[in-house]
Amino acid sequence: MAKYSTNDFRSGLKVMLEGEPCAITENELVKPGKGQAFNRVKLRNLRTGRTWERTFKSGESIEGADVMEVDLQYLYTDGEFWHFMDPNTFDQQAADEAAVGESIKWLKEEDICTVTLWNDSPLAVAVANFVCLEITETDPGLKGDTANGGSKPAILTTGAMVRVPLFLSIGEVIKIDTRTGEYVSRA
Amino acid sequence: MWQPTASMDAIRARAEMYAQVRTFFYHSKVLEVETPLLCSTTAMDPYLDSFSVSSGRFLQTSPEFPMKRLLASGSGPIYQISKAFRQDEESSRHNPEFTLLEWYQPGYSLLQLQEELLALLFLLGEEVGVVSWASVTCRTYAEMFESIVGLCPHTCTDEALVVVAKRETGFEGELARDSWLDLLMSHVVEPEMPEGLLVLTEFPAGQAALAEIAPDERGRNVAKRLELYIDGVEVANGYQELTDGVEQKHRFEFDNKQRLANGAVQLPIPEHLVSALRAGMPATSGIAVGLDRLLMKLMGKQQLSDVICFPWGRA
Repeated sequence: MAKYSTNDFRSGLKVMLEGEPCAITENELVKPGKGQAFNRVKLRNLRTGRTWERTFKSGESIEGADVMEVDLQYLYTDGEFWHFMDPNTFDQQAADEAAVGESIKWLKEEDICTVTLWNDSPLAVAVANFVCLEITETDPGLKGDTANGGSKPAILTTGAMVRVPLFLSIGEVIKIDTRTGEYVSRA
Repeated sequence: MWQPTASMDAIRARAEMYAQVRTFFYHSKVLEVETPLLCSTTAMDPYLDSFSVSSGRFLQTSPEFPMKRLLASGSGPIYQISKAFRQDEESSRHNPEFTLLEWYQPGYSLLQLQEELLALLFLLGEEVGVVSWASVTCRTYAEMFESIVGLCPHTCTDEALVVVAKRETGFEGELARDSWLDLLMSHVVEPEMPEGLLVLTEFPAGQAALAEIAPDERGRNVAKRLELYIDGVEVANGYQELTDGVEQKHRFEFDNKQRLANGAVQLPIPEHLVSALRAGMPATSGIAVGLDRLLMKLMGKQQLSDVICFPWGRA
């Protein structure tokens, strides 16, 4: 894998730090007029999502991380792994629970997800910002009650729970913003 | 991307700042001079990187060497507003091409030069700035460093320095003693500096660069150097200038050795400057002020792109 000098550091660059794949989020040059220059860097650990702060001597090099993002179609889960397929090459990838993370709440068969691959295996799975899912469980719908903004819990096919307006009933498909976990509209 | 990043207000304020600087020095009888920017030699400092052009010449990191040759030729007090160039220095507070005000006062002590610097800053604060400074904090490097880090920068052991620097900054790796001091200054001390104007004097001898080294009142060797900070941002760097040509040549040769150890390119010794010092340069204090940073502070801005019309990314 290529090495990157601090002069190459920019937001989004993927590097290895202490054996962990990271993405640089901030890079600041700190240099006294006549003295040694340093780069103060913030990195997001791609595996844990945690932010790290590190200082490097300017000109120092660190190893790049073999990380790329691909759009894959979600197929199914066997309970231990979640299986994805590249719709062009039909290559399959199996992601474990840690990689799927929070996305588990919104994964629906055949949906396209962005999968981050590190050394060709899934590191993280991100679903689209908006997904459409069917309601499997909720209190009976109250016809005509569309005006006052009341809400009730509803359970979706994935098992996720969201709050929805009172007029919705079982079997309806709704659109959800996966970043906030909130109901947007009927699909 | 074709438009300037600086407002027209900032562009006008820059013109006003230059006019005020020229009037100030005209009345103080300091001569404005102009020296070449593309020279056969350049600064030797191990941590400065000059741009070199294909003909083997270097864009100057400051106009210091040719200005000292003028001083040795009997110019008397001189100043210059000049572009300066430093490779790889790009951040919200660095632009690889920037503007320096540099001036030299033969016969002045560093303290006299500090007074002249402050007079100029107060004037610019009144005439150009949206902020003005009411007072000045003056400290030695050791007082400032010790009050925040808890170690004396002149006498603490290397081991103690490394332990504290690693604990305070999380930095791992190998550095020379003065670079550990730089690390602590830039990461720990600067953020704790007082608001407004701060003058630091009596630097560690290893950071003398082109300044005289002399004992302080406690008999410790210190560099006769001053730095001006505004709100913790370094704005000016002055020296009681080294006048000994032989010592100057030794320092240049030592710089090349350090450059070799750092894996940096070897540079030709600036022989014209060495010859000028050997011929005799009067005892002089000199200072360089970063005008872009000064304008940024005068206008209460946070980044250089607010006062440089076309910064590096748009130049």
